[in-house]
Amino acid sequence: MAGPAGITARRWFKPLVFFTALLPLAWLLADGLTNHLSANPIDDITDRTGIWALRFLLLSLLATPLRRWTGRPWPLRLRRMLGLFAFFYACLHLLTWLVLDQFFNWTEILSDIAKRPFITLGLLAFLALVPLAATSTRAAVKRLGPQWRQLHRLAYLVPVLVVIHFWWSVKADIREPLLYAMLVALLLAVRLLRYAPMGASRSSS
Amino acid sequence: MYQPPQVRPSEITPEGVWQQRRRIMQAGALTLAGGALSLALPWPARALTTLGRIRPSPLSTREETTPWKAVTHYNNYYEFGTDKEDPAEQAAGFQTDPWSLRVDGAVHHPRTWALEDLLRGQTLEERIYRLRCVEGWSMVIPWIGFPLADLLRQADPTGKAKYVAFETLYDPKRMPGQRWPILKWPYREGLRLDEAMHPLTILAVGLYGKVLPNQNGAPIRLVVPWKYGFKSIKAIVRIRLVEEQPPTTWSLAAPREYGFYANVNPEVDHPRWSQRRERRIGEFFKRKTLMFNGYAEQVAGLYRGMDLKKYF
Ligand code: HEM
Repeated sequence: MAGPAGITARRWFKPLVFFTALLPLAWLLADGLTNHLSANPIDDITDRTGIWALRFLLLSLLATPLRRWTGRPWPLRLRRMLGLFAFFYACLHLLTWLVLDQFFNWTEILSDIAKRPFITLGLLAFLALVPLAATSTRAAVKRLGPQWRQLHRLAYLVPVLVVIHFWWSVKADIREPLLYAMLVALLLAVRLLRYAPMGASRSSS
Repeated sequence: MYQPPQVRPSEITPEGVWQQRRRIMQAGALTLAGGALSLALPWPARALTTLGRIRPSPLSTREETTPWKAVTHYNNYYEFGTDKEDPAEQAAGFQTDPWSLRVDGAVHHPRTWALEDLLRGQTLEERIYRLRCVEGWSMVIPWIGFPLADLLRQADPTGKAKYVAFETLYDPKRMPGQRWPILKWPYREGLRLDEAMHPLTILAVGLYGKVLPNQNGAPIRLVVPWKYGFKSIKAIVRIRLVEEQPPTTWSLAAPREYGFYANVNPEVDHPRWSQRRERRIGEFFKRKTLMFNGYAEQVAGLYRGMDLKKYF
């Protein structure tokens, strides 16, 4: 990426991805305001924020293999932002449930967490995302040193939990969670295989 | 991306107009025929284009009905897709003409009915019922139909008949959802004979004064208002009187989650959802779910002495 064109492209790249990542939210708001959600809008909001949280998790997991395959650094520069967007949509998802669905009915909320395995797993996934988001700053990376990498291995666990959460939330049609399960498996498998054309020594999964 | 369903404005009955229509009917001006309505509305040609006289029923609730648009564009009907907005779209071209319904098994008079014959001479009633889905949402729907007991009496069950088994059409060409083994097709449901004979149990052929839309189970479906919605099987082609409790689709799919009885019961949770509360479609705050969906007075007697936690 040499030359003025490359520099301009680089300057615009991140903001562009940033605003693109907000589009699912914009869509959701637009559909909500124009009456294009279903007759049960709270359910739609729950599903759409949940699925986008999962999609951003997968995109963030794609960064490292993409870096290896393309030999270019830009995927890694996006990794943190993609991970934070996963957290952002997961927060919206959780808030939808707490506020719109349960309306702070703590008895029901606690009983759901205790009794419904799919909710329990969702909460575990969310709790695992919190320290990842909290230690995503440059300062935290420096401060934690090698521990940062250990901690961020949680990023492999979260999508597994989320896919099970998704799977257990459907009644009979498992096609969609199955698709995501396969994508997660694939993204984790490429790390195990580690056929790294760039040289294993420089890999940073 | 989500496409808003194409509904002609004329297909939507404004609430006010409908309420007014209902008052007219209740006032006794009962000649207001579904026929006149359907002539005025652009329904595709099908066997059933008119409902004839419709009688109000004392069994109807006075609660505010869920708007037509929600009733017809938000439901589960896996034969036409697993998203709740799929049936409205995917059932649009479903052909229900001709349609026959076989009633047999432990009966003195087995018969294959052509739908027209079944409805000939039948006085249809409007039954405004609450519908509670096992997923935790509910509606109030003005069905048009007749008591299942009427049909069963004509078939004349023998002494061996203890249960009634129902079956939906199986035709993957016409029901695209059946091309995937998501459920064990065809969809099957069942009732105990006394439940089937109960005056609240109806076969519905209409909705909001009109012929039943395809996505709601046309041309003929069951409605059992004190049970979770999945018991109310759609597009029925066979009713069989049997001696043993028949297998039913959802309890085959997940026996721990769905029982044969599936009575609405706030005390018995589904593993995935608490059943204590429900969201009435169109409302923000959840309401308490009522025992037998609010029909306890009429039906609790059917289950006297039964452990409803065991027979869920
Ligand atoms: C305490 C935390 C969580 C709660 C209470 C929760 C709750 C829910 C609920 C109620 C549903 C809807 C199920 C249905 O439609 O019947 C759902 C679906 C889903 N959730 Fe969560 N969730 C949590 C955390 C998460 C997290 C952290 C993620 C992803 C990062 C996630 C991703 C999903 C996905 C992908 C779906 C399926 C959406 C669909 O059906 O299209 N959830 N969740």
